[in-house]
Amino acid sequence: MSENERADELTGAQSLVRSLERVGADVVFGIPGGAILPAYDPLFDSEKVRHILVRHEQGAGHAAEGYATATGKVGVCMATSGPGATNLVTPIADAHMDSVPIVAITGQVGSAAIGTDAFQEADIRGITMPITKHSYLITKPGDIAAAIAGAFHIAGTGRPGPVLVDITKDALQAKTRFEWPRQLDLPGYRPVSRPHSKQVREAGRLIAESRRPVLYVGGGVVKARAWSELKELAELTGIPVVTTLMARGVFPDSHPQNMGMPGMHGTVAAVGALQRSDLLIALGTRFDDRVTGQLSTFAPLAKVIHADIDPAEISKNRVADVPIVGDCKEVISELIGLLRPAERRPNVDEWRRYLQDLKRRYPTGYDEPADGSLSPQYVIKRIGEITGPDAYYAAGVGQHQMWASHYLPWELPGRWLNSGGLGTMGYCVPAAMGAKVGQPDKIVWGVDGDGCFQMTNQELATCALEGIPIKIGVINNQSLGMVRQWQTLFYQGRYSNTDLNTHRIPDFPKLAEAMGCVGLRAEEPADVDAVIEKANSINDVPVVVDFVVHKDAMVWPMVAAGTSNDDIKVARDMAPAWDEEEL
Amino acid sequence: MTATVPNTHILSVLVQNKPGVLARIAGLISRRGYNIESLAVGPTESPEMSRITLQVNVEEVILEQIIKQLNKLIEVLKIVELEESAIRRELILVKVRATAETRGQLIEIIGLFGAKAVDLTAEVITVEATGSPAKLTALLQLFEPYGIRELVQSGLVALGRGNRSLTDRNQRSERLKPVRTG
Repeated sequence: MSENERADELTGAQSLVRSLERVGADVVFGIPGGAILPAYDPLFDSEKVRHILVRHEQGAGHAAEGYATATGKVGVCMATSGPGATNLVTPIADAHMDSVPIVAITGQVGSAAIGTDAFQEADIRGITMPITKHSYLITKPGDIAAAIAGAFHIAGTGRPGPVLVDITKDALQAKTRFEWPRQLDLPGYRPVSRPHSKQVREAGRLIAESRRPVLYVGGGVVKARAWSELKELAELTGIPVVTTLMARGVFPDSHPQNMGMPGMHGTVAAVGALQRSDLLIALGTRFDDRVTGQLSTFAPLAKVIHADIDPAEISKNRVADVPIVGDCKEVISELIGLLRPAERRPNVDEWRRYLQDLKRRYPTGYDEPADGSLSPQYVIKRIGEITGPDAYYAAGVGQHQMWASHYLPWELPGRWLNSGGLGTMGYCVPAAMGAKVGQPDKIVWGVDGDGCFQMTNQELATCALEGIPIKIGVINNQSLGMVRQWQTLFYQGRYSNTDLNTHRIPDFPKLAEAMGCVGLRAEEPADVDAVIEKANSINDVPVVVDFVVHKDAMVWPMVAAGTSNDDIKVARDMAPAWDEEEL
Repeated sequence: MTATVPNTHILSVLVQNKPGVLARIAGLISRRGYNIESLAVGPTESPEMSRITLQVNVEEVILEQIIKQLNKLIEVLKIVELEESAIRRELILVKVRATAETRGQLIEIIGLFGAKAVDLTAEVITVEATGSPAKLTALLQLFEPYGIRELVQSGLVALGRGNRSLTDRNQRSERLKPVRTG
């Protein structure tokens, strides 16, 4: 830190708040407690930083993720030492898995008490070491400003991720001089964004030679905000696109080249595209086991171009023939330049016809329940159709998440919030809250399950009191639906502990009303449109809709865990016919 | 004691001398399931940096992952795999049973290996020895019949041959980054 700004005497806590203001953090989700208490005093006076008092620290963490995902900025959560900090562990792990830029600020017991098992002491830096991109333990007030500056820089650049700043109570209380660093001293942090041109040329050569290429697009393309470049590349070359769970919306679902989502619950066209491809152009994606299925049989005929900003992802699961380290926006732009001459582009007409045919023959669909009860897929589809593609949609984890991925209108990028890597039940309500704070003029719907909803719904009280009018549709099948589906398929229908008996206990509309929200319910297909329209018309308070749905609905297609993608089933015991003679 | 086997690699890891760095590295290695044969950490010629010598026995693909994952740690400055010709040393302190009859033989062995007797009692001779893992293995094999009472061994440290130094780069001028403000 060579040059510093004019120094003022203030407390470490004041230095923290001033640092947050300086770095542009306009919202902090958190709960005070003993060790972080000094920070809350100057925070009370800040005109630039809005603090939103949540009801559980997990809610603060997921809200910070939701805010970050909806805005592209770094989200911030704050908690006290010990249990406050350990309650942040789940959202920090979630942000780590899904590369969400958040900064978690925690109070720590006084530096003299560290290591003595003091009241509310937990080694949160040690606990979160494996699930943070970086972490700080600050014991001196003079180090706070540099730590905050460094934390925001690290969280938001390169491959984004969570950074923890743990600050001892005495560091917050002691006097210091505020010195905002002009430069960051991070000699070991050098993310590469500019791809190596030789590698890009090699990729271009493989693309030109390919006959069955696929753009396998992941969340990294969303993080790089490279959707226009992706569209240009896809349309220039005609290469079919698959968008992973984390990338839904980065390429419009209505686009004829979009084959849908690959993976365990992917579409037949997307899974078939990968399995029969001769060249995967993997962009910002990490060959997750939920996409590849049994790795040894994944895309067996394909060469692999793998572009990612994190070099450690390349060749981690599948060896790349052409590794490219770089930001997807730059990688795709360079590929466009390279492939512009017509003679450098592959002829993919026949391949596209084959995939179009698969897509036509195996659309994702569902059967309406014979007893006239509500089908969960129909509900989710109608939420999307009535609300439209410009809303933000958050989901919990399980069957409803997969249906949300299949049936919501994914036409615009960055509108989708879900817990893909960690699979955190309880993500939906607080993430929707964070998204609404970040995008106050947009409609935010949370599509949640009745199991997930009961983990974090108390944040609806936060939403009601803080003026955050989100809408939550509880897809209430009275059970832990995805686990139940596995019990149906793999445990002979022995439903051990998956029946939540959520029929009126709790009564979700009443629960919503108890928290200052509007509670609605739909139990029959005829009710659905009216309640969705009613929910969309309420813009001053949060709304919860209890959609009481059929409990035996299953998510299809499905590749059973650990098996080959080639064994995808479109329904129980029903495999697609690939008809690939012509290829 | 590890004799050099085909998949043995020695990594020199230059890190910022900050609290918790060793925990980060050890934690990373254990949670990703990598096996390390030996780890030694200590200060360098620069007080801002420490140097960790890691000996791992893994295939190339895993080695590449270890290097990439370690490089993601913010406080890791540089990782170099040392070549086959690198100078490798370990230190051992060993108590060997020594009677009046065997003491002479032991002192002869100690002399041949360039080791040192650092303590002597009526029953035991304590030996300090440094050398390559192979040399120390040979020495301990010779001590074995006399009876090894206690053995302590350092992790492997290693240095590449020639003029070049691992710390040549990482000058301050090229590492400072402008800070972002919102």
